[in-house]
Amino acid sequence: MDPTKIMQATETAAASAATGSLISLVTVFVLAVFVGYYVVWNVTAALHSPLMSVTNAISSVIIVGALIAAGPTDVNFSKIMGFLAVILASVNIFGGFIVSQRMLQMFRKKG
Amino acid sequence: MSEDLTGLAYLVAAICFILALRGLSSPETARRGNLIGIVGMIVAIGTTLASPHVLSYSWILGGIVIGGAIGTIIALKIQMTALPQLVAAFHSLVGLAAVFIATATLYAPDAYGIGSVGSILTASLIEMSIGTFIGAITFTGSIVAFAKLQGLVSGAPLVFPGQHLLNAVLGLASIALIAWFSTTESYQAYWLIVALALILGFLIILPIGGADMPVVVSMLNSYSGWAACGIGFTLGNTLLIITGALVGSSGAILSYIMCKGMNRSFFSVILGGFGTEEGAAAESTGDKTVRQGSAEDASFIMQNAGKVIVVPGYGMAVAQAQHALREMGDVLKAAGVEVSYAIHPVAGRMPGHMNVLLAEANVPYDEVFELEEINHEFSTADVVYVIGANDVTNPAAKTDPNSPIYGMPILDVEKAQTVLFVKRSMSSGYAGVDNELFFRDNTMMLFGDAKKMTEEILHSLG
Repeated sequence: MDPTKIMQATETAAASAATGSLISLVTVFVLAVFVGYYVVWNVTAALHSPLMSVTNAISSVIIVGALIAAGPTDVNFSKIMGFLAVILASVNIFGGFIVSQRMLQMFRKKG
Repeated sequence: MSEDLTGLAYLVAAICFILALRGLSSPETARRGNLIGIVGMIVAIGTTLASPHVLSYSWILGGIVIGGAIGTIIALKIQMTALPQLVAAFHSLVGLAAVFIATATLYAPDAYGIGSVGSILTASLIEMSIGTFIGAITFTGSIVAFAKLQGLVSGAPLVFPGQHLLNAVLGLASIALIAWFSTTESYQAYWLIVALALILGFLIILPIGGADMPVVVSMLNSYSGWAACGIGFTLGNTLLIITGALVGSSGAILSYIMCKGMNRSFFSVILGGFGTEEGAAAESTGDKTVRQGSAEDASFIMQNAGKVIVVPGYGMAVAQAQHALREMGDVLKAAGVEVSYAIHPVAGRMPGHMNVLLAEANVPYDEVFELEEINHEFSTADVVYVIGANDVTNPAAKTDPNSPIYGMPILDVEKAQTVLFVKRSMSSGYAGVDNELFFRDNTMMLFGDAKKMTEEILHSLG
């Protein structure tokens, strides 16, 4: 078989896989928005500040992308970007969860 | 770790995050919820480190140690009154991290399996540019919000002619750049997108005034979630998409609740220019007189009351009066007075700000009530103690259709027997509106610093 044809076939396959996965990613996204909508309306107004700091902490899960960028053995621009992103996300993860826990510790009942 | 196992572990992490938010539905379950969130984060990071993409650990561990140490120190040292600016600062970090990650994927796409340099899939390029765009806006927008909340720049809205036009032009230019970038994979286009988004972030938040900060902080919270979503789409990572969507919708709902608390549309807040920090001078005071009282008068009135409702506002946070306030409440309760606290949705500078400060001062959360829960009780209260709040008690919101705050839900403090108003001076509130409550017969003004006045009352109670 002609190598260019193989290339073309691979590219089409990759493209269709990409679009197929795009639909499933959009599906996941839309369903997650619904889950978020119903879960967050259930959060009591008194805990809206902790809600912000907890969501801030969990949004730092983008560290996953940073880890992959910082993961290769050879040093290049991407690795440096990844490294910086790991630092920033870690500040948020530790800071966000700890300050949330501090806040939540303070909410006590009568007596 | 195999692909399937990785996917499964990410699913577990996503469920942990959902449960973490679910836990916040009541204070009893919230601490456990937060711990579940931490577990989810550990699972997510551990899974990624075990994946074949990650080969070298020294930089990563270094980054986590540096970042973790900074985050831990800040979180342990921060004062609860400074919470809004802390959250704003944290949002800016998420935004910047999103920009860095998008940049890393652009320069080394093969690591993420989205093509190689020069032939990245178009869909990935679009997602990447949107992710970096939202991330950059979140970054500079949060910096402005931080500077305003911290008092580094004036909280007054900064408005100049042609502002909206400029924003619109920049917005359209960004769309054109995203189109250029996703068809050509041009690095130049990419950095122009980043630059424009950074400028837009500044421009969008600058015109928004201090008291609208609850909306701004919630909105940036939402943006940081959507930025994470953008990165998730770029990497085809469902965990990032789910988490980003949770955070994005959470921030959007909070923005909605805050806007409703002010009876303002989201767009009017975003367009900005509302209110001035100084407020218009109270011109109409000439023919009206106010009843001024001392701490002794206030303590006498409260001692003889059956039911006292405290209405805290941003002024309480500024004066750090929450501890003195709780002590005052304790003394009154010991004397047989029923004490409760009424919180307006937009009191303070971020959603739930007052609740945290009262909790910090050891006020039990079952003595603290939201507007809908307590508003009907003001008519049966003997005394309302308004400390550092103003506009949220202004009856003009109900009676005067010409008032800028008309239609805003307010706490019906005027229905109580006596209203004690702790205030520094007669200046009007944030909205620049006179509060007719000051001139009513059943109102007594207590001029002075919120903390000092409360301490003096405490002194004469004891």
